[in-house]
This record gives sequence, structure tokens and C-alpha cells, in this order.
Amino acid sequence: MEQTYAIQLEEITKTFGEVVANDKVSLSLARGEILALLGENGSGKTTLMNMLSGIYFPDSGRIFVNGQEVTIRAPKDAFDLHIGMIHQHFKLVDILTAAENIILGLDGGRLNRRTVAEEIRTISEKYGFDIDPNQKIYEMSVSQKQTVEIVKVLYRGADILILDEPTAVLTPQETDKLFAVLRNMKADGKAIIIITHKLHEVMAISDQVAVLRKGKYIGTVSTAETSPQQLTEMMVGRAVTLDIDRPLVEHQTPRLAVQDLTCVNGEGVTTLDHVSFTAMGGEILGIAGVAGSGQKELLEAIAGLQKGTGHILYHPPHPDQPVAGQHVPVNPQGEELLGKSPRQIRDIGVSLAFVPEDRLGMGLVAGMDLVDNMLLKSYQEGRGPMVDRKTPRKLAEQLIEALEIVTPGVSTPVRRLSGGNVQKVLVGREIASNPTVLMTAYPVRGLDINSSYTIYHLLNEQKKLGVAVILVGEDLDVLLELCDRILVLCGGAVSGIVDGRTTTKEEVGLLMTHVPGGKEEA
Amino acid sequence: MSNWLNFIAAAVAASAPLLFGTLGEILTEKSGNLNLGVEGMMFMGGVAGIAGSYCYELAAGSGYNGWISALVAVICAFGAGMFGALLYSVLTVSLRVNQNVAGLALTIFGTGFGNFFGEVLGNAAGGFVSVGERTKAVFNGVTGLDGPGKLLFSYNFMVYLGLVLAVVLAWFLNSSRKGLNLRSVGESPATADAAGINVTRYKYLATCLGGGICGLGGMYIVMATQGGTWVHNCINGKGWIAVALVIFATWSPLRALVGSLVFGGLSVMRFYFPFGGNIYAPIYDIAPYIATVLVLIAVSIRQRRESQPPNSLGLAYFREER
Amino acid sequence: MREPKTANHREPLVRIAKRSDISQGKAWLIRAVAILLALLTGGLIILALGHNPIAVYKEMITSSLGKPRGIRETVKKAVPLLGCALAIAPAFRMKFWNIGAEGQILAGGIAASYFALFWYDKLPGPVLLLVMALAGLVVGGIWGLIPAFFKAKWGTNETLFTLMLNYIVLGIVRFLQAGPWGPGLNPTSAYPKIPMFDDAARLPQVFGVHIGWIVVLLLTAVMFWYLNYTKHGYEIAVVGESVNTAQYAGMRVPQIIVRTMLLSGAISGFVGFLQVAGASYTLTESTAGGIGFTAITVAWLAKLNPFVMILIALFLGVLEKGADTIQTVYQIPASAAEMLTGLILFFMLGCEFFIQYRLLFRRKGARHE
Repeated sequence: MEQTYAIQLEEITKTFGEVVANDKVSLSLARGEILALLGENGSGKTTLMNMLSGIYFPDSGRIFVNGQEVTIRAPKDAFDLHIGMIHQHFKLVDILTAAENIILGLDGGRLNRRTVAEEIRTISEKYGFDIDPNQKIYEMSVSQKQTVEIVKVLYRGADILILDEPTAVLTPQETDKLFAVLRNMKADGKAIIIITHKLHEVMAISDQVAVLRKGKYIGTVSTAETSPQQLTEMMVGRAVTLDIDRPLVEHQTPRLAVQDLTCVNGEGVTTLDHVSFTAMGGEILGIAGVAGSGQKELLEAIAGLQKGTGHILYHPPHPDQPVAGQHVPVNPQGEELLGKSPRQIRDIGVSLAFVPEDRLGMGLVAGMDLVDNMLLKSYQEGRGPMVDRKTPRKLAEQLIEALEIVTPGVSTPVRRLSGGNVQKVLVGREIASNPTVLMTAYPVRGLDINSSYTIYHLLNEQKKLGVAVILVGEDLDVLLELCDRILVLCGGAVSGIVDGRTTTKEEVGLLMTHVPGGKEEA
Repeated sequence: MSNWLNFIAAAVAASAPLLFGTLGEILTEKSGNLNLGVEGMMFMGGVAGIAGSYCYELAAGSGYNGWISALVAVICAFGAGMFGALLYSVLTVSLRVNQNVAGLALTIFGTGFGNFFGEVLGNAAGGFVSVGERTKAVFNGVTGLDGPGKLLFSYNFMVYLGLVLAVVLAWFLNSSRKGLNLRSVGESPATADAAGINVTRYKYLATCLGGGICGLGGMYIVMATQGGTWVHNCINGKGWIAVALVIFATWSPLRALVGSLVFGGLSVMRFYFPFGGNIYAPIYDIAPYIATVLVLIAVSIRQRRESQPPNSLGLAYFREER
Repeated sequence: MREPKTANHREPLVRIAKRSDISQGKAWLIRAVAILLALLTGGLIILALGHNPIAVYKEMITSSLGKPRGIRETVKKAVPLLGCALAIAPAFRMKFWNIGAEGQILAGGIAASYFALFWYDKLPGPVLLLVMALAGLVVGGIWGLIPAFFKAKWGTNETLFTLMLNYIVLGIVRFLQAGPWGPGLNPTSAYPKIPMFDDAARLPQVFGVHIGWIVVLLLTAVMFWYLNYTKHGYEIAVVGESVNTAQYAGMRVPQIIVRTMLLSGAISGFVGFLQVAGASYTLTESTAGGIGFTAITVAWLAKLNPFVMILIALFLGVLEKGADTIQTVYQIPASAAEMLTGLILFFMLGCEFFIQYRLLFRRKGARHE
């Protein structure tokens, strides 16, 4: 007798314009089983799962649920088939409560908040969740939001669960807790698909591993019979060494001294709480922390985009040399950057490069072409009212060549480029300004392995040139391999600065949730 | 004392069209659609309302019934407002046109539509169009009352309808599942979509019903404020004040009651507290607009979380966008 | 075992997919079809009124483009539209929804009228006109600057702010007309009316149209250059795309907003000067007459390209002149122009969708078995 699978996909194909996101992908999953869907960024994992949850509709191919062929046109159809997906970017309404989010879109006449809360408690107890039905989403931590998402699909009676990169935003400890819950559900007979690109998690939680590469289905292997090395080869298509270089620069000088920096946002919340540290020229200083712990505010404060109290003191690498043709008198205490605008910082001869988290919404102008994006930081140069587009055009052409940026030409809007190429444009432009401080936030998010290694290489090159590199990251494995020191933020405060060569993941994970001797973070 | 009483009664009457416009736009904006075409939809509702009554009276002959005539006006105005909003929805929801521009286009179209058919109707009626006495009587409300009776019971049925509508809308948005769904569509359509809510349907329905309600406001201006005759350009910016009142009311139907009363009062103040003679009338007339500007500034300076617009207001939603 | 309820669902009837590319020719064909459909819809309305649409349209075209006099009238209507669309362009490029051009025209008109009414005998002719133009620029600019200041400082909604300012300045015009500048200056008139300007305060004509048309054409080229080749133009474009990016790049966003709206209001104010000194030779409530609103559609349909605006402004000029004519010939209300403009706008806006996306219909036999 042939086994009846919970889910079976046959030759699913999906294209966006000319991009083939999924090319004849087939896979299957039984009940009581956890399948890891493995692939690089951009390999089509999320697209494939979005077709199961009704967000996208396949161009061709067939979907079977419990052995029956189905058509899933909208998320509603997916619910009716008891398929529930927890998206990487949570689909929750901030201003509503947990309970309101959980019952969103369900039929059932009047809204009885008390009954709903009762039902939510029942589910929570069964699987060991901790959740307050009446708490507003905007007051929740990332892991609490994820819990709401999971309860939401369970409340709808899902027995096939899809989790898209669920651990990306969690601390190692929270990840362990999540995995325990997933094993509970598996024991309960639920079928689970977990999308990830982290190999050790695949090994830790899954029964089967299905691998996608550039939209193509490569194969499925049993977790017990495979190794991380084999999976990587399947993912990338060739043998790769997973080691990241970490050259040691002997001569390090203080470059940026942050002292007692405190920032308060528009809503009166303290985002940075007496932060002090010194970034050295010739090192990569990693910044770790749960999402929203003040990373963004810290970089923006240094870049002149946040107001605050305290000091950000800049020490030039060659105090006696003239900067940009002018001899700027150097303050032996360091130049104060706090309170200056980005333009003022540039005007006193400080070359800051900043690769923000929001590439298309902050670092680049999505609707403009490469030339105009190169122009962004240099358009004021030259006399007269006209802009000079010749120099930026040359720069754009050079970058395309040097960084192997795939684009139809310099006149293509950057919005049309793939994530990796967008990042190369941004990092390339920032490095081209010969910075003395280079700040990057999540520089490899959404990039495939090749592009990621290009970026790591560029950062190391800058470090060897004596640049102070500040790197905000989310993947602790990468931070531990790349950074000389790691500063851990927790609730806007520095909970520790550790040596990247000697620390452990557990140590950093603990610091992410606890300020030693201080208050505990929810 | 009676001057004050008369003033308040007049303010209530003057507030009704603003209230309808505001409630309609609140419902629309809760779905994430910023429809700047309220003015146009009020024009369309206004001309359709009077045309409906006029045609009914012609058809029924001298035995026409004022209440039926009023009912016809309500239905026609609602339908015309919905039609305007439908055009807007097709453009913005299905065809993804910029909401600002589509709303302005609707205002241009609706203004032209109203004045055009108002004049066509006037030409047909031999000069200008006006409804019959019995219909006018219905929209005059109860006359001859005095004291508290006047304050409470002298208005026409539309005023009470507006009041009920505000309460119902408040209940719907805060305490019903459908209202919850609608709010989530306006806050985060991707979330609503993933939760199985038909975003397109909610947007269409809320926008069209909202447009219908706005149409009622236009009808009120023609049938009650202008006494049942079509006057060229009669809406004269009331629709825009309604758009501003939505912000003033911070998207709350109950606060819309207060807001429209204040603005209604400002617009009739000069009849009860005059100064300086007729030449200052235009200065009096701009008081509501100045008040709106002050409200806009005040709201933007305060920036409270509860008074923020729906999060996705003004943005098109396309599920497969990437 | 539960039976899935949706097992029999079929593929959706229509799906939407982004076009990877479309030829310019095909795009313009779609736009042409859209205009045609709009005219067809308008034709149906004309037909319902009992007229022959073809005859009516023909009358509109011949009356506005057939004779030199008609052409002059059409150009006269197109000039303020073009001028005002040019004013709106930088604001809209910045995504500052200035729908207050109407009021900015009137503000400029009031200022120009002040000098025309009270200084005509004190200043030599050309100087008087120059002073009037300057007054229009300055006061129009200030009227545009007010909402920009609040937007820059507190993010105050500019759409409603600029709109309310329209009604406020209109009230001021009515006040002037009812009192100080009406009966005060013009006691013999039967109804309150601001007197006609002295000859010295009237713009000279070239080819039968006031010289404003030359200025506005020059302005078109300048605006094209300003938006595309200057540092200011670049800043405006970046702020319009993303305020975050602009700040990141070290731009002073509030200053850019204020500066750009000063420019936008000033050009509108200049249009107000052209209207009072070149077209009506006096100030009335209808000096702006909806130009500020219609110009928005001109600017938007031209995708903010100044040269395309010339064509669109002329097209709408033909519509308006034609509508005036059919009012006298066929007794069709002139508001038809407004309604038709709205219709054309609907179709033109809607057709962009079909240029960017294509529809995929359910394939026959898509379900196997």
C-alpha cells in the first residue's frame, strides 16, 4: 500500500516576471514528521511555502493534501485544509491584542472576548506556551509575537504547520524552547515544515531534509543519514569551506569612543541606555542582541541621525595630516560627533560609511538608477547649481566590474536588482568613499552564500586598511567567526563586550537576555 | 437665551451633512483607503437625491407623498455616492492607482457630474429645479417647537439617522468580528490576507458603503440646507471639511459627532452673533476652514499613538508584489 | 478523517502578473485607447441628452482649433493650466501633495491687483507690471510656504492644509469684493465688483494672446532643467522617494520642503498675476476658477514631465473652449468639460495598470483528470 502523505507537491513552478522562483519542485511530508526545507537565500523556499499557504498561486504543478488534489487560491483555503504558516515577518496587527489577532478573519457572529481568551489558555496549556490574550502586540517581545503566531494557527485547527526561519530572531535559549514545543507537536501527530538555512538546526530538529537550489529541487535526504558537509554541497552545488577568515591586525588605535550615550525615542522610550565602548581602527567590532535592543539607534546616533546625551568622540587615524585638502585642527580629546548632522560630520572631515539595515528605504533610493544612487553622498560636490553625473557614472561602472554586480546597465533602477546585487551596490558605494569608520547592519541578510562571502571579504579588507568596522549581526555563528570583539546589547544597555576568539555562543546568548547584575529582560 | 437655543438648533442642523461625510470617510479610511473624493461623492449624492425626488414627484403627480419622496432621495443619493466610490475602488484597489490622485479625479468628476446634471435638470424644469412643498416639509423637520423641545425634537429625520449611524458604526468597529477584520485590513492588509480575510472585498465594501454615506451628506445639503433646490456649486468645500474632520475625530465615529457639531456651529455663527454688517460675512464664512487648519496643526504636534491613522492608509495592496 | 472542503476548487479566473517590459509604442496605444474610451463614455452621456455626439465633438474641435480666434481662446485657457502644472511639478516630485495651487493663484492675484488698483498712476507702465509680477510671486510663495513650514516642522498633513488655505483666500477675495475694493473703489457698479484695471496694468499681447504664453513656455524649459539637472532637483527627487534616505545622505529635509513649496507657490502666484493682468483685467472669485485643480491632473498625466505638460494643457484647453461653445450652441452645460476631464482622468489613470501588468486568464483544461 502506498503511504498517504500529509502534503505532496508535484512539479510546482512559479515565476515572477522573468525570474523563475520555483522550477518543477516536488516534495512530500508524512504526519508526525518534521521536514526541514533547506536552501540558500533566494533559492525559493519561502515562495514554495507561500503557495501552500495561499499567498501565491502556482503557475503549474499539483498539490495534494492527505492524498487529495487541492487548489489553494487564498489563505482561507489553506486554513480549511488545516494548513497554517508562521511567516518570517510576523503577520500581526500591532494595535490589536493577542486574542484579537488570533481570531482575526474567523466567522462566528458576535465578538466574545472572554470565551476567546479561555480557548487560548486551553491551547497554551496543552503545548506549554506562555501568553496573555489581552496584551497588545506592540508591547510584546519578538519571541512573544512568535508565540502568538503559533497559537493563531493552532487555534484555527492547523495540523500541518509551516515555520519560515523561526529562529532568525530568537536567542539560542529561546530556540531551544521553540524546538521543545515543536517536538511536542510532532508527538501529537502534526506534520511540520521548517524553513531554514542554518545547518546545525536542521541536524537538531528535523527528520527529513529537502534541499532547494536556485529554485530547483535537488533532493530529499534523511537527517540521520546525512552530514552538514553533504547538505552544504547540495545547497551550493559544490564543495565549499565554511570557514570565515579572521586576520589579526597588530596595530590597532582607538577610533571612536562612545561614552555614556543615551537616546530616547519620540514615544519617550529609552532606546540606548548609557552605552559606552571604544571601536578600534583595524578591528571588526560585532554587535549582537535580540532584535530591537538598540542596534539601529546606536548606528544612527553615530551617523548623526539620532539625538541623545553623552559623547561620541572621533579620533582620526592620522591626526597630523590634512583632511580633504584642509588642515582640520584636531581635538586631542577627540572630535564630538553627537549633536552634529550627517553633513556637519562630513564637513569636519570625518569619513563615515554606513550600510543601514533598510537598504532600499534608507541607504539607497529604490526608484533611481545606479548612477543617481552613487550621487547620493557626493551630489553637493562641485560649484554651481548643476549636478555632475560623470564621476558617479564612472564609479558605478567600476563597481559593476569590481564586485561583479549583475545588472542590465548603470541606468537600471536598483529596485529591479536582486538582494545580493543591491547590497553590493550599497557596500561598494560606501567603501568607495575611503571611510575611516565603516558601520554595517545585517550586511548579509537575504544574500546567498557567495554574495555573503564577498561581503565578509570586503569587510576584512577594510579592517586590514585600518578602518574601524562595526558590524551589527543576527547570525551568532557568523559573528563568532568574523569579529574580533563582540558587544552585546540588551534592552538598550551594554550587557557585555567579549572576545570573539574565545567566547561561546551560549555566553553571548545569555548576555542577549540578561544584563549581569541588572534587570532581566522579558 | 433663545438666541443661544436657536443657534444650537441651527448648529445641529448644519452639522448633519458634515457628520455624514465624516462617518462615510471614517468607514472608508478604516479599510486603508484614503478617498479624497468626498466632495465629489457629495455632489453626486446631492444631485441624485434631488433628481430622484423630482422624478418621483413628476411620476406620482399631485398626489405624491413627501415621505416617499424623501425615501427616494435617500436611496438615490446613497446609490450615487456608492457609484462614485465604486469608481474610486476600481481604480485604487483593482488597478492600483495612486489614492491621492484617484480621489482628486473623483472630486473633479463628481463636481462636474453634480453641476452638469443639476443644470440639465434645471433646464428640463424650466430654469431651476426644486422639489415640492410636501417633500420640503419633511426635510424641514418639526416646526413650532420651543425650548428644550426644539433642542431635541425639531430636526428632520436625517439628523437622527446620522446620530444612529454614528453609534452603530462605533459599535461595529469596536465590538464586532467584521469590524475587527476591517480594522486589520486598514492596519496591515498582508496580515489580514494571511488570516484568511478577503482584503479586496472588505476594501470595496467599506469604501462603497462609505461613499454612499457621504452621498447622503450631499443630499442633505441640497434638500435641507438649500431647501430642496439645486444651487450651482452648492457643496462648496463641505466634503473637504469632512475629510479634515476625520482627523479631528481621530477615526472615532463618536468623536465625529462632537467635531461636526463644532464645525456646524462655526458655519452658522454669523446669523446669530453678527458683527460689522454684510461685508464681513465672507470673513465669518472662513472660520470653519481656519478651525480645520488649527486642528490639523494641533493633531500633528500632539502625535499620540491612539490618534494615528490606520497604518496602511493610502497604500495599495498587492498580494504577489515583490 | 476530515474531508477537505476545498478539494474541488478551481484555479482563479483571472490572475495578475507584472509585465517584464512593454514597448513604448504599445504603451501609447493603450493610452490612446483609454482616451478613446473616455470620449466614448462622454459621447453616451451626450447621446442620452438627445444630441449627436459626433457633431458635438466636432463642434468642440472646430470651435477651439478651427479659426485663429478659437485657437487664441484655447491657448488663453491652456497658458494658466500649463503654468500652474509647472508650479505643481516640483511639489509632486517631492510627494508633497500641494492641492492648494488654486489658493496660491488667488493670493498672487490679490497682490498683483493691489498694485494695479492703487499704484497704476504712480509707477511707469513696465515697472508697474514688473512690480505686479513680483508681488504675485512673493505672496503666492508665502501662501505656499505656510503649509510647508508646518509639514517640515511637525509633519502636518499638507493635502488638507493647502486645501483649506484655498477656501480661506477665497473668503478674503469675497471680502475685498464686498467691501474695500468693491463698492469702496467702484461705487457706480450695480453690484459689488472690483473695478477693471487701468491700461497700464494690462499685459501686452503677442499674436493676440497676452505675452504670458511666451514666459510660460520658457518656464517649461527651465523647469525641465531644474528638475533633472540641478542639485535642487536631485534633492527634491530623493526626498520624494524616501525621507529616510535623504536624511541619511545628509540633506536638510525641512529646508528642502520649505524651499520647494516657496517655488511652487511663487509660480502659482505668478499665474495669478497672469490671470488678472492678462486675461480678466480684474480680480474676481473665479480668477483661479478650478485651474489649480485641473493643473494637478495636467501634471500627473504628464508624469511630471514639463514638455508633455504642454500637450496635455493644450488638450484640456481644447476641451474647455469646446465646452464653452457647446453650451451656447447645444445648451449643454459647460460643467460637461469638468465631467469629461474627470472621465478622461479615470481612464488615463486606470490604463497605466494595463501598461505595468498583464492579466492571465484561466487556461482551458488547466485541471487534469
